[in-house]
Amino acid sequence: MREFGYRRVHDVPGALALLGADPDARCLGGGTNLVDLMKAGVERPGLLIDVRELPLDRIAATDGGGLRIGATVTNSDLAAHPEVRRRYPALAQAVLAGASGQLRNMATVGGNLLQRTRCGYFTDPAKPCNKRIPGSGCPALEGEHHNHAILGASEHCVAVHPSDMGVALAAFDAVVSYETVDGPGELPLAEFYLPVGETPHLETALPPGALITGVTLPPAPVAAHSRYRKVRERASYAFAIGSIAAALDVRDGVIRDVRLAFGAVASRPWRAREAERVLTGGPASAEAFAAAADAELAAAEALPHNGYKVTLMRNLVIAMLSELAETDPAELNGGTAR
Amino acid sequence: MTTATTGTTAVTGAVGTAHTRVEGLAKVTGAARYAGEIPFAELAHGWLVLSTVARGRIRSVEDAPVRAMPGVLTVLHHGNAPRVDGDYVGMLGKPDPTVAVFQHDRVPYLGWPVALVVAETSEQAREAAEALVVRYDQEPHDVAFFAGRPGTYTPQTPGTETEKGDLEAELTASAVVVDAEYTTPEEHHSSMEPHAAMARWDSGRLEVVDSNQGSTWVAGELAKLFSLDPESVRVRSEHVGGAFGSKGVRPHQVLAVMAATVLHRPVRVVLTRRQMFSLVGYRSPTAQRVRLGADPDGRLRALDHQAQSLTSTVHEFVEPSASVARAMYDADAHHTVNQVVALDVPTPTWMRAPGEAPGSFALESALDELAEKCGLDPIALRTRNEPDAGPVSGLPFSSRNLLACFEEGARRFGWADRDPAPGLRREGRWLLGTGTAAASFPTMVMPSTAAVTAEADGTFTVRISAADVGTGARTALTLIAADALEVAPDRIRVRIADSDFGPAMIAGGSMGTRSWGWAVTAAVGELREQLALGGDIPPQGITARADTTEALGALPEKERHSFGAQFAEVAVDTTTGEIRVRRLLGIFAAGRIINPLTARSQFIGGMTWGLSMALHEEAVRDQASGGHVNADFAGYHFAAHADVPLIEADWVDDPDDDPVGIKGIGEIGIVGTAAAIANAVWHATGVRHRNLPIRPDRVLLAGGEPAGGRHA
Repeated sequence: MREFGYRRVHDVPGALALLGADPDARCLGGGTNLVDLMKAGVERPGLLIDVRELPLDRIAATDGGGLRIGATVTNSDLAAHPEVRRRYPALAQAVLAGASGQLRNMATVGGNLLQRTRCGYFTDPAKPCNKRIPGSGCPALEGEHHNHAILGASEHCVAVHPSDMGVALAAFDAVVSYETVDGPGELPLAEFYLPVGETPHLETALPPGALITGVTLPPAPVAAHSRYRKVRERASYAFAIGSIAAALDVRDGVIRDVRLAFGAVASRPWRAREAERVLTGGPASAEAFAAAADAELAAAEALPHNGYKVTLMRNLVIAMLSELAETDPAELNGGTAR
Repeated sequence: MTTATTGTTAVTGAVGTAHTRVEGLAKVTGAARYAGEIPFAELAHGWLVLSTVARGRIRSVEDAPVRAMPGVLTVLHHGNAPRVDGDYVGMLGKPDPTVAVFQHDRVPYLGWPVALVVAETSEQAREAAEALVVRYDQEPHDVAFFAGRPGTYTPQTPGTETEKGDLEAELTASAVVVDAEYTTPEEHHSSMEPHAAMARWDSGRLEVVDSNQGSTWVAGELAKLFSLDPESVRVRSEHVGGAFGSKGVRPHQVLAVMAATVLHRPVRVVLTRRQMFSLVGYRSPTAQRVRLGADPDGRLRALDHQAQSLTSTVHEFVEPSASVARAMYDADAHHTVNQVVALDVPTPTWMRAPGEAPGSFALESALDELAEKCGLDPIALRTRNEPDAGPVSGLPFSSRNLLACFEEGARRFGWADRDPAPGLRREGRWLLGTGTAAASFPTMVMPSTAAVTAEADGTFTVRISAADVGTGARTALTLIAADALEVAPDRIRVRIADSDFGPAMIAGGSMGTRSWGWAVTAAVGELREQLALGGDIPPQGITARADTTEALGALPEKERHSFGAQFAEVAVDTTTGEIRVRRLLGIFAAGRIINPLTARSQFIGGMTWGLSMALHEEAVRDQASGGHVNADFAGYHFAAHADVPLIEADWVDDPDDDPVGIKGIGEIGIVGTAAAIANAVWHATGVRHRNLPIRPDRVLLAGGEPAGGRHA
């Protein structure tokens, strides 16, 4: 195995100094994805900067009912936090739908946002991949792509983002905070991930040398009535083939607020804004849910073997919104707190 | 001080009583060491480099820069490797040429061994191996397997095809006909412990510490490959973390021997998970066609099972999927054939229940389809077609308690209450269904030798070149020896997996316990005759040996099989394609059960694998590169804990006129499970799934009754 340096940092300036000094440096959170990729030869960092000791492991309530989540909060702690479960139940459910107990104990919020696709061509250095080696080609287009993108992809890359947590964050308008040597910055999650286009190797809008410090969830009363559902090929320990975070606020039969985000359909967590637009102000009926799903999925472009995802996502939208419409919000919250 | 004490205290009853593994404490405390972790002085480490093209020739191995890297001791490849002789017939036939490593520049598949880098540490060897540049003259490859593809042929080997009666005439005369095609994908054993071997020369003897299914077997193969006197090769394999057909002679042992010979020091080669996907064999994908013709009452007039599989271009291995019908069901016209096509892929091999596992999926699914068409209960259909003698051989069965398995299984599963109509039972978003299937596996036996020593301290030592691949074989032999000697099991020490103990059957074909138990029992018989003469035990003990070759030759020719009945309950959400198995029950008739504790584990393990086969397992081969897209456990899925429901396995009495009464239990657990699950999915949804695994996308696109029915 190629040799690499390892440094543990205890404060943000120390981390930024190391990051700025070595373009081959990578931040090590839980290592649940990075170390695997190093073993496979996909990632070959010169230096690992262990950020787990940074003072970024707190979850704090913000004024008005939001949350600020530190970058090194573990997935397990995030899912177990009472305010996360109360204010954003779909987020807790999404995190618990991912990986295994052991991995969730290690994995961090910052690392989760930066995890790489599990496309089998990306993870095998012997094969071409535009994300790994720009310009080498995308064998998934004509090869194995059962679990590849139907939305927002390009002819250069059809890989999907694997995060469950990110789907719930996308639904709730999360904002990513970072620090650079030039000072702090913020990126709404919608702008955090770059479009695939011709540059699938460029995945985020983080400036060079930036360190993710946390994620802020703005207040969203609708999020208290939310759910996450993940469909996967086995009952646990598998990435989604399709997932959905949904929140619904219905009053007097009219949809006042709705949030929808899809997982495993695009290179990033996919906020279904078109579906939300169609639904808002309308009736909470199965017909309306189906029409909203169709509106969102009208842009879907399927390859020969992933067209089932269009059907799957349509079914999930209808099923999840129907469940939320039929469930008393108080009962739902009680259910998620078990 | 001790005199012979067998029999006088008359301790019996070890066999048939649950015993934890005799090496269990060592395994759970980490004291038991495996081949990849046993320390040796001066040990060097080899790392394999595999081809990245699926067909062609090696133009150059640019080893000079790599030889200069830190710690590198040598780089072996076809230009400098010692010669070996791969043209021989071993214990189980001619070897897969993959083991004759580095003998020429041709590359017959992606993942073929092209170089071994040996270094002081494993990390140095790996770094250098990843830096090694190998250039190829690439040629077009063909890895596309599908039903009836050009080049498919019927091998000329005996037993490939059986035929009786006029098939087309009987099909025409049949009131009910099922004609269906089934497929199963490429599947891998991928045992938890990867293959590992250390080789060293010690005073003119070659010593190999390995993880294998038969140490005498591997020793014999290595002796032939390196043209050595068999007496000068010693192979040991104390603990094995799973094998399932994949742990015979493989490139890693051959390479360790080559490197130890060249470097004059011990060398270990350990395979990675990814390397295992191309180097240790796998189960071929299959394409099968089953035609059944029956009278309105379900009696079979015609049975035709045609199975196709693939092999490599360098070796012929045929997955005998169609053979299962030869023991299971009779018909006036009966035809089975196993065909194969050679592609630019690694050679497949035996994988748990070779033939029976994929074959039973097709045949037992077709039986369920026939039951539906005849309006018969699936168990009643099988009862109606229960043969009196071997359908093809005409030989009597040594015992056949399949119907007893179905009766007991149906009683426990609650089968009598089942409404046969599909697509009716709902629970929230889930559609529920149940299914059943029959299972069988041949009972075979191979000659083995064993030695039993009465020690001066009153204990007994058994020596036999058996292998405990995780099954509990060491414990089973302890119990067999204890009962034969009529002493308590704690007075028996069983030593296994050392080729110096003499020839013995491998842990394979569900033949291990039967073959070894027979030899141990015979050796104990010899010992007791010697001890009956009386007198003190000398310090070196008294040893008796046995060889079962002659006794096995006297075994009358019969149809000998284990049988079983599999039951499954599933829940299916047709709006998401998810399938969850809720219950599995397997009832088996498998002769005398030696250790109920480990036997149940083997049955349940097999059934869990059958569940994996039904829903998860699928090695995906990329047509463009010729290699896999999912050669690791992130991509190659098998059942996780959350997928495994309540599984029950039990057995019925299965008396047999056999001298030892032991049948195999290692493989039958997987047989029929996938069919029972697929049949249950049909019962839940009304849709037949004839292609494995039954993935969510297949369920979703196939449709069926919408669960919940709210928004369809």
